[in-house]
Amino acid sequence: MDMIPSPETTLPVIFAALMGFSILVYVVLDGFDLGVGLLMPFATDDEKDTMIASIGPFWDANETWLVLAVGLLLVAFPSAHGAILTALYLPVFAMLIGLILRGVAFEFRGKTDTARGKRQWNAAFVAGSLLASLSQGYMLGVYIMGLQSTQITTGFALLTAVCLTGAYAFIGATWLLMKTEGDLQRKAVLWAKRGLPGVVVGLGAISLATPLVNARIFDKWFSLPEFAFLLPLPLMSAGLVGVLWLSLRHLPDSADRWSWIPFLASSVLFTLGFVGMAYSFYPYVVPDQLTIYEAASAPESLFIILVGACIVIPIIIAYTTLAYTIFRGKATGLSYD
Amino acid sequence: MESLDTLILSRIQFAANISFHILFPTITIALGWVLLFFRLRFNATGDDRWMAAYRFWVKVFALSFGLGVVSGITMSFQFGTNWPGFMEKVGNIAGPLLAYEILTAFFLEAAFLGIMLFGFRRVPGWLHTTATFLVAFGTTMSSFWIIVLNSWMHTPQGFEMIDGVAHATDWWAIIFNPSLPYRLTHMLLASGLTVAFLLAGVSAYRRLIGDRTPGVRLTMKTGVYLAALLIPMQIFAGDMHGLNTLEHQPQKVAAMEGNWETRGNVPLVLFAIPNEETRSNDYEIGIPSLASIILKHKADGVVPGLNDFVAEDGTVLHPPVTPVFWSFRVMIATGIAMLMLSWFTSYRMIRHGGVDGLGKIILIPLVAMTFSGWLATLAGWYTTEIGRQPWLVQGVMTTYEAVADVPAPYVAGTLTAYLAMYGILLVAYIMTIFGLATRAARGEKVADMPRAGGRADVVGSPNPHAVPAE
Repeated sequence: MDMIPSPETTLPVIFAALMGFSILVYVVLDGFDLGVGLLMPFATDDEKDTMIASIGPFWDANETWLVLAVGLLLVAFPSAHGAILTALYLPVFAMLIGLILRGVAFEFRGKTDTARGKRQWNAAFVAGSLLASLSQGYMLGVYIMGLQSTQITTGFALLTAVCLTGAYAFIGATWLLMKTEGDLQRKAVLWAKRGLPGVVVGLGAISLATPLVNARIFDKWFSLPEFAFLLPLPLMSAGLVGVLWLSLRHLPDSADRWSWIPFLASSVLFTLGFVGMAYSFYPYVVPDQLTIYEAASAPESLFIILVGACIVIPIIIAYTTLAYTIFRGKATGLSYD
Repeated sequence: MESLDTLILSRIQFAANISFHILFPTITIALGWVLLFFRLRFNATGDDRWMAAYRFWVKVFALSFGLGVVSGITMSFQFGTNWPGFMEKVGNIAGPLLAYEILTAFFLEAAFLGIMLFGFRRVPGWLHTTATFLVAFGTTMSSFWIIVLNSWMHTPQGFEMIDGVAHATDWWAIIFNPSLPYRLTHMLLASGLTVAFLLAGVSAYRRLIGDRTPGVRLTMKTGVYLAALLIPMQIFAGDMHGLNTLEHQPQKVAAMEGNWETRGNVPLVLFAIPNEETRSNDYEIGIPSLASIILKHKADGVVPGLNDFVAEDGTVLHPPVTPVFWSFRVMIATGIAMLMLSWFTSYRMIRHGGVDGLGKIILIPLVAMTFSGWLATLAGWYTTEIGRQPWLVQGVMTTYEAVADVPAPYVAGTLTAYLAMYGILLVAYIMTIFGLATRAARGEKVADMPRAGGRADVVGSPNPHAVPAE
């Protein structure tokens, strides 16, 4: 690679970064609302309404980050989009069915007039959340395994499917304990406490498996001086797990001042895990087959998209913040009035 | 042969997904503006009837929007799972257009939707009005970028092929390609008509079951007059679009007209069963020379025929005739029914005592036509999209070149599941809309998101110390 940055080398990196950012935001934001869906079977009917209300104003926009992430993959790295999604044909399909099911259940449950109808849509919401979470975890596993399909990779993907689902339920619980009060908040703390060991096991399993199955990734992590620079990642993760454990032991406190800490800590934990993965796979977008440079669209097309992205993404972030500010505080009954 | 099965199954799957998806944007594009109209009328008059109309229809908007979002997610994956060749060949052009669609429009809608739906009491009136405007504007921009891409696939320009991959040379030419203005106008009017008949149909249903509230009179009038105003505009826009297609894709018009030979005095075929074996029409009933008059404005005007689009080795380069021929007729017939019903109802309302003068003889057909906009829109899209076959991008790549090498049974399995789910959701959607109307007519308040039991009314008071009553 030459020393002077050229559009051919910088644009793919910028787009990979944008795409990574979108995936990360998606995983955290839709992670918590999928997680809320996963936890619904453990709540009473009234609590279910509050849980739904806590994610009501956000879920549309949260899922839009997935469209942006896949959209960026599609427009910036078209051949990778084809290669990855053709390899993941069935899990992608399962995820889409799940997302459709929960999205429509969300709308229909509020507009049905019978208790039975509501129960059925609640069940559809839970099933959709579960299907979407499991299939995303499965895809993560297959991707880590280099999009190969053997018995071992399938087994590993099943493991990641369970782990990611657990992680979503965990971040969903931390969201709820921030957005609710009373009995539901106490339940949310309990759910989060029970989920924490699962999150640690999941993170650990993925962190260990990734370098072990791939010699290239092993070398990227376990050689000097890289290892020294990378050491803060696992150390910070361990620190965050400690913060989570401590804060969950003391929540809910009477003044309810610190209930945002677990959600923030788990968001940062997700971010660290994601940064670690991004480092492992760079510069490949299709593991060990296609780099971001090989898969990128023509520079002139990328440049046109970049102009739009530079204008729009700051605005998106600004009004996403606005929406979260308007609907801050404890979840109250949502109404169209 | 296997790849041929995959091709046809993938095409059916894409058609099923996009057909299901388009139903909901068709409603939200225009309904957003109608809601803004209700909101502005309320701001100007302070009349609660407008707000009642807003509150009822914003629920329909939310439901339609939710279905649009989830069915739209499917679309962005379909390119990769079933049509990787498309982006590999023309990704440099399709990519930025899709990116702009996602960036400028989708987020604008999705982020402000929360404020529009649930923010009425949480934000100042001007912000709520602005959010409503931005959502309407966002849905319209969304359709603009999508129709730019679709129009470019019909009338591509502004690019060059380098090593079999399209590279953009002139973005202005790509965006404002020759069929864009016609297609965009035609689609936006279609959305307006769909919403007009939805408003009129649901209001007619509420009248039929005894709802005499003033809000329903308003939405009834809005729907019927909007329909009566838009339908002549749509007929004119559709005609212009047809002439534009004749110039750029004559084989599509030949299929629409069921015209096999290039000749003058082409009849307007009212009924026929096109026969691709004999390359002629069976049981043809037509009006002499009328197609020539419509398309060329003179009786002996020469109209291109399908036989001009067969290569010397016998390869057929025109679309399959029967589906294009028939979907075109379904669209036209629906349009004529819309014209007659909306004008007749308007006449009755103006001459015979407004909404109260409408009897069952008008209300029942209005209810029957509630979703007629969907029928016309789908029939129109099938005409233009099947009419582009065998091309995916006219003259640049065929559909066959783009299809993924996925085993046919996979596609068949996923297709079946999609169809089953879409069928159920469609029934649920229609039942929910009429259910909402029934409850509104009975005067029941639809507490959309019931608040947690026992809680004090804390809407708008973010008091973290509020103690549950129980």
